[in-house]
Amino acid sequence: MRIPPGVTPAGFQSALEAFAKVVGKDWVFTSDEDVDLYRDAFSPLVGEPDERFASAAVAPQSTEEVQAIVRIANQYRIPIYPISTGKNLGYGGSAPAYSGSVVVDLKRMNRILEVDEKNASVLVEPGVSYFDLYHHLRERGSKLWIDCPDPGWGSVVGNAIDRGGGYTMASYRNHFDSHCGMEVVLPNGELLRTGMGALPGSKTWQQYKSGCGPWVDGIFSQANYGIVTKMGFWMMPEPEAYLRATIRVPRYKDLIPLVDILNKLENMRIVTGFPDIATPLLGYPPTGQVQVFLEGNAGYPMSDHHKALLAKADQGYSPELEAYGIANDIPYWECWVSFYGPFEVIDAQWQATQRHFKAIDGAKFKVIERMAMPVDLSKIEDYHEPEFGVPSLRAFSIGARSPFNPSPSKGHMWFSPIIPRTGEAIFEANRVFSEAAKELGMPLFSSFSMPCCFWERSFIFILATPVTTDPETNRRYVAGFRKLIEVGARHGWGEYRTAPVFQKAVMDAYSFNDHALHRLHETLKDALDPNGILAAGRYDIWPRHLRKKAR
Amino acid sequence: MNVLHKVFTLLATLIAALGGAQAADAPDGARVFAKWCAPCHAPGITHPGTHALMAKYSGVKGGDITEWTDVPPDYVKTMVRRGISVMPHFRKTEISDRELDALAGYVTRHRVK
Repeated sequence: MRIPPGVTPAGFQSALEAFAKVVGKDWVFTSDEDVDLYRDAFSPLVGEPDERFASAAVAPQSTEEVQAIVRIANQYRIPIYPISTGKNLGYGGSAPAYSGSVVVDLKRMNRILEVDEKNASVLVEPGVSYFDLYHHLRERGSKLWIDCPDPGWGSVVGNAIDRGGGYTMASYRNHFDSHCGMEVVLPNGELLRTGMGALPGSKTWQQYKSGCGPWVDGIFSQANYGIVTKMGFWMMPEPEAYLRATIRVPRYKDLIPLVDILNKLENMRIVTGFPDIATPLLGYPPTGQVQVFLEGNAGYPMSDHHKALLAKADQGYSPELEAYGIANDIPYWECWVSFYGPFEVIDAQWQATQRHFKAIDGAKFKVIERMAMPVDLSKIEDYHEPEFGVPSLRAFSIGARSPFNPSPSKGHMWFSPIIPRTGEAIFEANRVFSEAAKELGMPLFSSFSMPCCFWERSFIFILATPVTTDPETNRRYVAGFRKLIEVGARHGWGEYRTAPVFQKAVMDAYSFNDHALHRLHETLKDALDPNGILAAGRYDIWPRHLRKKAR
Repeated sequence: MNVLHKVFTLLATLIAALGGAQAADAPDGARVFAKWCAPCHAPGITHPGTHALMAKYSGVKGGDITEWTDVPPDYVKTMVRRGISVMPHFRKTEISDRELDALAGYVTRHRVK
């Protein structure tokens, strides 16, 4: 049996016995075989000295049990690390940030406590996955949509508090922003409700986010100041209809006005669905449609001459390539826009959208889909499911073996810097990161890379770094990933989210005024968790007794 | 259409699994499969597990593991607890040992011994 660092075997045994009294002995896991199931399946550190391991796991099924576990952890000074569904793959999975922690596995807390059809909101526990919530709503004939990331087995709560994103309207696809009200077990075991939930008998916990006074919800995301045991979310009412269309523009520099116009239209809620930008001339499909393109072998066809021009292009550009595209009606950029709403509204929004994009000389327009909702589920696989509020695991085709990927990976690490939502930033990020990746020998680019439009006002320039079965290659990629963090920071770009192995490097880059933000994080940690039992090291926030060692 | 029909059958099983009473005393392997495996292993190339196995065993056997005849239950259990490629391992709070037994029995029900 593994023992948490700084804990005596006898103390640990007493804590485990106390945990078992709370949850039952069947829900305390201590054998190596069981505890190994809490390793990060996508860890690039497998078999390395700094791979994160749990010492044990305990699986409560109620808030009261979580409170009892936290109190026991304080009594015996046991480091604990909560996970929701444990499927944060690419960002750390189910492994603790501090090796030797006892994982508090919240998967059994899987109740959907409320569905409010009129308010379009839900209240859920952390073990509820997107699949669970989707099926629950459909079985009950609900007219509410979920907004989910690509992997549908993730936790609705966990994804939100790790600040993940999805693919519907801007007001729902930022999952933390779309939450309304939390219940949190604090590091001393005390129970807190945020927003209107702090008012006993409140009738608006899922209707008004901030309550009165300081709004503290943010400190429970990407942090270690409490265990979230309930969380409310605003849901998207099922739209009457859906329209998807493309705007194709011919020239390299057209990307700049293309993004500017798109931003204005989305910020005005004229374009309401997930926007995406592809580049047919460079052979890059829209980010949200990658699987659909690959499975259908529906990539953009290229002549040999086209391929030769592309191979000679410098970071996706050459005058010859641009001229070839214009002569052969192959657009440099293809913006995918979509609209949710009544037909008369979405038709008008599409008309207005075309009028705005006509400012780009040579812009061409095409309607791809125009259909009534709900979507026909027998045809859902023709689409990127999450854009219709339908969860799936289809995105794993990117790493799995297939005819287009004969050498499957063992996982991936997401490098996820936030860059400005401009065409200029896309060009600069391609230049900076492709040069860095080439220098570091990292296979991150083909000809050009396009960002994701998860956020309303910024792009995620997301790059998947493969995890392999070769330790030496993984070491090189981990070192390269750290360099990319530094390179990004020098250009004013920081990651929005990262795995524990990179959390120190990422947070070090947020260094304004001699790391004032990090010092505040530590001040909060000392105040809220003086014994330092909860999720030590998460996002590089260490309790006082481990700080020197961590640094 | 057979593929589509099978997907719908799995979906119906999944809905039944989620909506029905908890089978505390007798886990149903088909339900466990529908909940935990079908999103990747239902028939068709839109399911990454099936697509991966189609590519891996091209010309030898199909990608639908529920149709395989040549793997023992322990093989299924090992895959679930250890994972392979981008398929992660599954914890016991997700698939209990008893559910895993039922799942392995279901997946290997066509096994030729």
